[in-house]
Amino acid sequence: MKTLQFSEAIDDALAQAMAEDPRIIVLGEDVPQLRSSLLVRFGPGRVRGTPISESAFLGAGVTAAMAGLRPVVELYMIDFVGVAMDALLNHASKVEAFSGGQWKVPLVVRAPCGGGYGDGGQHEQSLWGWLAHIPGLSVVVPSNPADAGGLMLAALLAGGPVMFLEHKLLSETFLEFLGRGGRKTVKYDVPFEGRHGRVPSRWEPLPLGKAVVRRPGDTVTLVSLGVGVHRSLQAAAMLEPEGISVGVIDLRCVAPLDKDLLCKEVSRTGRVVVVDEDYISFGLSGEIAAILMEAGIQAGYGRVCTETTIPYARRLEEQVLPNVERICKKVRKLVAQPDPEKSLPDGLISTKK
Amino acid sequence: LIQSQPGSFISFSKILYGGKLARRGMEPDYWRLYEMMKRSRLYEEEVARLWHEGRISGEMHLGLGEEAIIAGIVSHLKEGDALALDHRGTAALLMRGVDPVTLLREMLGFPNGLCRGCGGHMHLFSPEHLASSSGIVGSAGPAAAGFGLAAQTLRPGTVAVAFFGEGAMNQGMLLESMNLAALWKLPVIFVCKDDGWAITTQPQAATRGSLGDRAAGFGLPYLEVDGRDVKPVWEAARQAIDTARVGRGPSFLHVKCVHLEGHFLGFLLLRLVRKPLAEMPAAMKPLISSLFMLGGSPFRQRLDGVRVVNAVLGATRRDARQKPSNDPLVRARKLLASEPERIRKLEASIKDEVRGIVNQALEAGAA
Repeated sequence: MKTLQFSEAIDDALAQAMAEDPRIIVLGEDVPQLRSSLLVRFGPGRVRGTPISESAFLGAGVTAAMAGLRPVVELYMIDFVGVAMDALLNHASKVEAFSGGQWKVPLVVRAPCGGGYGDGGQHEQSLWGWLAHIPGLSVVVPSNPADAGGLMLAALLAGGPVMFLEHKLLSETFLEFLGRGGRKTVKYDVPFEGRHGRVPSRWEPLPLGKAVVRRPGDTVTLVSLGVGVHRSLQAAAMLEPEGISVGVIDLRCVAPLDKDLLCKEVSRTGRVVVVDEDYISFGLSGEIAAILMEAGIQAGYGRVCTETTIPYARRLEEQVLPNVERICKKVRKLVAQPDPEKSLPDGLISTKK
Repeated sequence: LIQSQPGSFISFSKILYGGKLARRGMEPDYWRLYEMMKRSRLYEEEVARLWHEGRISGEMHLGLGEEAIIAGIVSHLKEGDALALDHRGTAALLMRGVDPVTLLREMLGFPNGLCRGCGGHMHLFSPEHLASSSGIVGSAGPAAAGFGLAAQTLRPGTVAVAFFGEGAMNQGMLLESMNLAALWKLPVIFVCKDDGWAITTQPQAATRGSLGDRAAGFGLPYLEVDGRDVKPVWEAARQAIDTARVGRGPSFLHVKCVHLEGHFLGFLLLRLVRKPLAEMPAAMKPLISSLFMLGGSPFRQRLDGVRVVNAVLGATRRDARQKPSNDPLVRARKLLASEPERIRKLEASIKDEVRGIVNQALEAGAA
């Protein structure tokens, strides 16, 4: 075991894989500087800077992967995927299906995501629901260094296209580069348990699509990912003295989604609140409601998500991104509602075990 | 057409002006241009101070070093002309006449800011000035094409200006818009502000061929201008804007400049060379341990990696932005040297004005 910071853990796992597999290359804008530790160990042939041409180098990543390389393509921010969406939407995600399963695209796209440092709504989006909407893409959103490294290794071994999203509040390098800039005069609400932590000395891949229970609870289940996990844990701790037993699930992957754990926990507590930094409509939070309904689970449901374009001002941004206060409020409201079991309309039969 | 060297370092000595530029022999009002530049400089220095004090949270890209370009172009704009700005649009909006107090309040995130605290410095909008900004590299191209189409259709005689950096010249949407503007003869002036750095990447690591050839490939008139001096920028802009106003289509201005603070405030590469004792150890430690780590490429390839890192640091150390003689303010001031007392008075009055703007912005926000 050793202690690493969040992005350091990802780089560490990536370096372990690169040392073992010469097909893995890293490319993206300013990568020689942003990943200089990888550059001096693996050389400029495997750690390549690119022009500001996302549609070209992400599109090239797709076929490079089809032809035998294992590219890790970096985007400066997931917001900028808009420029190159075609490579993911119409190519990376489609090749395996179009080829009747005969040709795979072992591509990893690594990109910082998320807000909380005042960079405005074109630079702080999450977009994991939007990406996971596309069949054929896996989407990973780790919440701590050990998961981040283990999931990076899993992404490299997955054999299909994986979006690996790295939250900027957890990433020591991106928060310093884009936020702090050497200053001691700014403060960010960084969840330190996610920022650094114990990691294995030798990385093993974690399974993709396996969620974990971060905190057991009997009354309400909070379902979240990334920074939202830490906000949820904080809310759960605050609600405990009020006699509300709140559990927290860390999804870790949006696609594939761990439906089994979700259904198991929610059928036990009978109440679920999704804490999702991505946009509220047509996304992960609605998907979770649909999964529970399809499984026939009758549960009280609420969600705390980003509902509008993220405003620039820190004061406004704090309200728009899911925060502890909003989570607590939603949980209290849900608990105060009559038990869904006892208030079923006539003719509906409970399936709760 | 004037050719620039493919992938060359920024080189001011090679720059010539287009032959027709001096044709009309009109002189700009240097006092007015200097005033615009100086106000922008002092204003942005105040923004930098507020950023360092932590009153502005995230990234901050300033136009320090671009003043001659912005003044030389924006001084030609009239009512109905549009601006498509990049992530570095503060100076252009200020010179275009956007209220400096509400602009500053926006950067401070106050509800009475230009965009009510919702946009911030990368996402500034002023419908009154037909000015929009974006932090997506290259997006000023399509934005200016659309403004140009509206100008051509609804307001003949008006124009649209796109500001972007040389890094954006590898972004497909910008090149596509150059073709579209040429095809439809849109009244667009594409202005490439070239400081020779796309964050940490220099043109020789990102670009092949010349930007002049690219513009020529779309049939755009191309002018290469020394953006440290306001006079040639003003002259080139006059020619390009006049051409667009009379319906003779778009032009491309390639204007070279220096960014005095690098890509953005707190830029790590500049911190490393300005304060090596404080910054270098933390940056170098992981590099050294990684260099000797077991497993990885042969040592020769690792040394090639070290060379890449060194080259960027070396280029930062030798960079044009370190020389005060490249500062457009210093150069513009020389044009007015014959009247030192008038300069002194002008500068003192701008200083008072900017101090007043800052006080007003902060008071209003605190209230």
